[in-house]
Formats: sequence, structure tokens, C-alpha cells
Amino acid sequence: MDSAQQYLDQILFGVAPYLALIIFFLGTIQRYRAQAFTYSSLSSQFLENQRHFWGMVPLHYGILVVLLGHVVAFLFPRTLLAWNGHPVRLYILEITALIFGLLTLLGLLSTLTRRLAFSKIRTVTTPADLVLHLMLLVQVGSGVYLAVMHSWGSSWFAASAAPYLWSIITLDPDISYVLAMPFAVKLHIVNACITIGFFPFTRLVHVLVIPNPYLWRKPQVVRWNRDPAAGRGGS
Amino acid sequence: MNVRSQVSMVFHLDKCIGCHTCSIACKNIWTDRKGTDYMWWNNVETKPGTGFPTRWEDQEKYKGGWEKNNGSINLKSTDKKRIVLNIFHNPHMPSMDDYYEPWTYDYQNLFNAKEGSDQPTALPISKVTGEQINVESGPNWDDDLGGSPLYAENDPNLEGLTEDQRAQLSAIERLVFFYFPRICNHCLNPACVASCPSGALYKRGEDGIVLIDQKKCRAWRSCVSACPYKKTYFNWFTGKSEKCILCFPRVETGQAPACFHSCVGRIRYLGVLLYDADRIEEVANLPTEELIEGHRSLVLDPNDPVVAEAARRNGIHDSVIESAQKSPVYKFVKEWRIALPPHIEYRTMPMLYYVPPMSPVMSVRNEKTIEHVSDNLFHDIDQARVPLKFLANLFGGGHEAKVVYALRKQKAVRWLRRALTVGDVTMDQAKRMLNEADCTEEEADAIYRLTSLCTFEERFVIPPSHREEAIEMIQDPHERRQSAGFGFLSGPRRGL
Repeated sequence: MDSAQQYLDQILFGVAPYLALIIFFLGTIQRYRAQAFTYSSLSSQFLENQRHFWGMVPLHYGILVVLLGHVVAFLFPRTLLAWNGHPVRLYILEITALIFGLLTLLGLLSTLTRRLAFSKIRTVTTPADLVLHLMLLVQVGSGVYLAVMHSWGSSWFAASAAPYLWSIITLDPDISYVLAMPFAVKLHIVNACITIGFFPFTRLVHVLVIPNPYLWRKPQVVRWNRDPAAGRGGS
Repeated sequence: MNVRSQVSMVFHLDKCIGCHTCSIACKNIWTDRKGTDYMWWNNVETKPGTGFPTRWEDQEKYKGGWEKNNGSINLKSTDKKRIVLNIFHNPHMPSMDDYYEPWTYDYQNLFNAKEGSDQPTALPISKVTGEQINVESGPNWDDDLGGSPLYAENDPNLEGLTEDQRAQLSAIERLVFFYFPRICNHCLNPACVASCPSGALYKRGEDGIVLIDQKKCRAWRSCVSACPYKKTYFNWFTGKSEKCILCFPRVETGQAPACFHSCVGRIRYLGVLLYDADRIEEVANLPTEELIEGHRSLVLDPNDPVVAEAARRNGIHDSVIESAQKSPVYKFVKEWRIALPPHIEYRTMPMLYYVPPMSPVMSVRNEKTIEHVSDNLFHDIDQARVPLKFLANLFGGGHEAKVVYALRKQKAVRWLRRALTVGDVTMDQAKRMLNEADCTEEEADAIYRLTSLCTFEERFVIPPSHREEAIEMIQDPHERRQSAGFGFLSGPRRGL
């Protein structure tokens, strides 16, 4: 029993992250190469644009801030621990994180109910959309649960989860950090791997093509068929 | 001077009979796929009317086009500063309710209905959900005023008209309307292109056709809001925007676009204009009253050796310059000055021009007398059934002078023809009218010929596109022999 448990832990926390990352990179790159046409956010605002606002805006802003928090804690764990050394700053960080986590959750519930409630939106809902919604619900739900039930996550994430993630990145997985964690954390990690592995097969790929060049490109875009060097032309 | 060429268009509204043949030709070729059923890249609106999508000209609602503030122009909808805030939910985007829900009919019911006391009917079925729907609006719902003043009364172009003028439009037995066919204007300063966060929209350098790169479009939807003419449409099924492509596969092979080719009233003209790309920004910034003249000044004279030389330096082929010299559009826009851009105040510099329509002849004047001729030869223009202010809102950027000029010249040409062929008008009168309308007899004859007797070749002067040269520069044709071809190798299917 013990060895079976160990074996399972090794698979879930030592092997699954790599599987997920391999599928993520191969899947997204191959999809971009072979089916660039399918890279779209597949917006449904055109079919219904009242409820759309109340789902999309909280979901996106919420998840952006929450993800940013994860990345900061992963990249600068020491800085974060030092910041949290002051209780007031710790409270501010924790409350902010919880608020944005709740925003994400509410947004997610709103988009899911919108998808099911409007017949026009149902016709553009694929099975992949529903699976994705389910996975995100588990992910955000467990995250919010952790924020409420296991306080000071910003500190223990920096102390325990960040080293685990670094051990994954440096190809030397040390799952002992994870084994001591409560069930909700384990669920959060395993579900994260599943989501990352499922990522290339969902509309989530639109995250990879965020339009940053827009901020510095010229307003008008001109494309030439002939070699611009042949004439003065240019764009 | 940075000379570029643009395939430009003129629609002669005085000849449009509102038959919608253009719309059908376009629909059958391009937009009969799932997700595009509601799109009308070409549509014909009745004016006064609310158009398609409903009240598209109301830029307080849709925020299309550019606005001038503090010496520069900005997109009225989402520009660079606001894109981060608006990318998740586009606040000014029209939804399907502003167009209509496409539908078909359940014809099977005519055969399969259970026996009963009523005649079975083919019920309308939504082409989106497949469910039965109650049809509440459709394309051309207000065609020929749709039997109700409701649509005409809500035309945004009625702004600034007095109560009397509004009443005059719908007075019994004097009720008046005209048709306004619309396609993408393939603008010089397109708001759709400027708004696209992904840079998927672009203007083709060689012929100025504005297209959407389907592989780069990510459904951010900014173009739908930004186009003040609402001529970019969102394909709800593939999650990509689509728009009029000016039938470029036809134009490249020397054929007129389908809507032009099929036009029964022969109202459509197509030809090359050479323009100065360096001055677009400057002109788009002019005060509203100077926009039409400024827009016209962008168009260069292809017969001017300096222009032709500059064009050659820019890589424009001699055959294209030759097309520009024969362009019917150049004649209407620059030489005769009777074709005007629609809603120039949106500042997108549209390259589709309209010859404003003549109103029905006003025969009854001064309570009871019937006169065709008066001392003021142009009385029926000043007192036309369609108020000048209304036409000015559409084609003059709110200013009447350019519209009056175009109408007077058209009327002078008519009266010259009457003097020559019917004889109920004296030649003296006709000449006086020509004189007052700033038109010579030769010019009047040329207008008459290109308006009434025009052949296919005169209406459509399509430049050779020289794709063969372009392809040779990118790919060695010998190396590609027996290969499968360029572009899409898989169908444009919706993503997961």
C-alpha cells in the first residue's frame, strides 16, 4: 500500500508536470503550424452582449492578477517573504489576492451559466468548452478554498510551492515539498497539470497570441505583393 | 509625392432601381456559408431609412470612424490607449439583434404535417440555433419604406432638418425615397485596419483593396466597432471577422466584381485612381468643411507626366498608369466633380464615390400652376422633394454646396439632351444652364455618354494585376511544378 502510494505520488507530482508541459509545447506549436486559422478567442459577444460583460470582465481581470501573483511568488520567493514580514503588508496582499480570486470565480460561473442559458451561445459551445469550464472551476474553486481555509498562502507558497516548482524546472523533481501539503493543494497542482496538458486543444490558445505589437505598430498596415525594394513603396 | 494606385468605385444613384441583384450576386458567391448568413457585404438601403445594421450611421451609439481632437485624429471606439480596457468586452459592438437573426423555413412541414383542418405552413427556423423563431427583422426590412414611416423617421441623416422638411419627405402623393447601395469603401485611412489589435487587417499596396487575414484574426472584434460604415462583419461560427473583398480573385483576372458585373441599372463604375499616400494623414486632419476638397486633392492627374514618372518610380506598372488614364472614376470624381464620398466626416477617406440622385421632377409649384421652366432654372433642386440638407448629411459632410454643384450639373446635362432630342427646351436655355452649372457642352456630352450609353469596357477599366511577377519573386515556379499549390491546404474550420 505504501509503495503503491509512493508510486502514485511520483507519477502525479514528478512525472505528470513534464507530460503536461510536453503536450503543451508540442500541441500549441503544431496547432499553430498546421491550423493557424483555429487560433481565435472565439468570442460570442456578437450573439449576446449584455451578460457577456458580467462574465468576461471579472473573469479576465481576476485571472490576470491571480496568475501574476503566482508568477511573482515563483520568481521572487525571498522578496515576497521579506515583503510579508510586515503583517499589514501581508494582510493587504492576502485580501487583494482573495478578492481577485473571487472575481475570477464569479466570472467563471457567470460565463458558464451564460453558455448554458442562451440557446444561441449553446450552438457555439463545444464539448471542449465544457470540459475546460469544469477544469477551470476546479482550479479556481480549489484556489479560493485555499485562500480562505489555509491563510497566508502568499508566504507558504513562496516557502514550499516555489521550491517544488523550481525543482521541476531544473529537471530535478523533489516531491517531498508537496507530500506534506493538504489535499486541496495537491488537487490544485494535479488539476493545473491537467489544464496545461489540455490547453492546446481548447480556445485557451488565444492567450498565446495576445496582441502586444498593436501598442507600437503604425496605425495603418499595407502589404505588398511585389518586392518593396523594387519600388519606393514600403508600408 | 508617394504615388500609389487604388481600385476605386463610383455608384450613380440616379440610375439605381433598387433591384438588389448586386446583393444576391454577392451572397451567392461569398456569404452563403454558416456564420455568414446574416452578412450582406453588398446591401441596398432605402433612404430615408435606418439601414443595415439598424441606424449604422448613429456614431454616438456605435462609435465608428475617427474623431478630431487637439490637432490629431483618434479612433472613436477603441484605440491604443483603451485597448487593454476594452479587449475582453467591446462596449460599442453591435450584436446580432442590431442586424437580424438569419432564418430559413421548415419546408418539410408542408409534406409531413399531420392531417388537420388547417393548411400546413412552412415555419421559420433560425439558422443559428435551428429552433423555431418569430421573425422580427431582416435584411431590407424597411425596403421601399417598408409600409411604415417608423424606419424613415429614425434615419440619422435627418438631423438638422426642420419639421417642415421632414414633413415634406413623407407628404401624401409626394412621398419620396431613393436607394443607397453599399459595399466596403476600401478607404485610404481605414478605421478597421487601424483598430485591429492583431494587425490582421491590411490594405493591399498594389490596388488598395482592404482585406482581413483569416489566419491572423483572433476575434478581438475591434474592426466591427471601428468601421463607421459597418462593413466588417463578425462570423459567429468561425470566430473570425469577414468583409467585402472587392471580388479580388475576379479583379485580378480582369473581371468586374460580381456586384458590379450583375448591376441591372448599370450604376457602377470601377477604375484606378492614383493618389498621394504621403498626404493622407494631413487630409484626414482637415476641418470638416474642407474634407471633400482635400480628399479630391489626394487624387492625382494620371496624365500629368510628373505624376506618371513618380508612379513608375514607386513600381506602378505602365499598364496600371494607362488604366488610370482611362478610369471612369477619375472623370466622375476629378474632372466633372459630380461624385462625392459618403459621410466624409467619418474621416476614413472612402474610395467609393456616389453621384447624388436627382429628385422626382417638381411639376406643381405656386399652389396650382404647372411649370417646367422658371427664371430660376434650378428651382427644382433648391425645392426638391428630398431636402438638400438630407443629401448634404449623406454626401456633403453636412455642407450643401458640393451636393448642389453635382445636382446642377446633372440637371444641366439633362436639359441639354432635352433641347437636342425633345426640343421642348430652347438651346439658349440649355446653354445658360450649362453655364450656370459650370459645365461645357463637350463635358455635358461626355457625362451623357458615360451615364447613358456606357459599354461594359467603359464602365469597368480594370488594371492588370501582374500577379505572375509577384509570385515569381516569392517562389520559383519550376521548383513548385506538380505541387499542391499555395495557401490553405485545410478547410477553414472552426477551432475547438
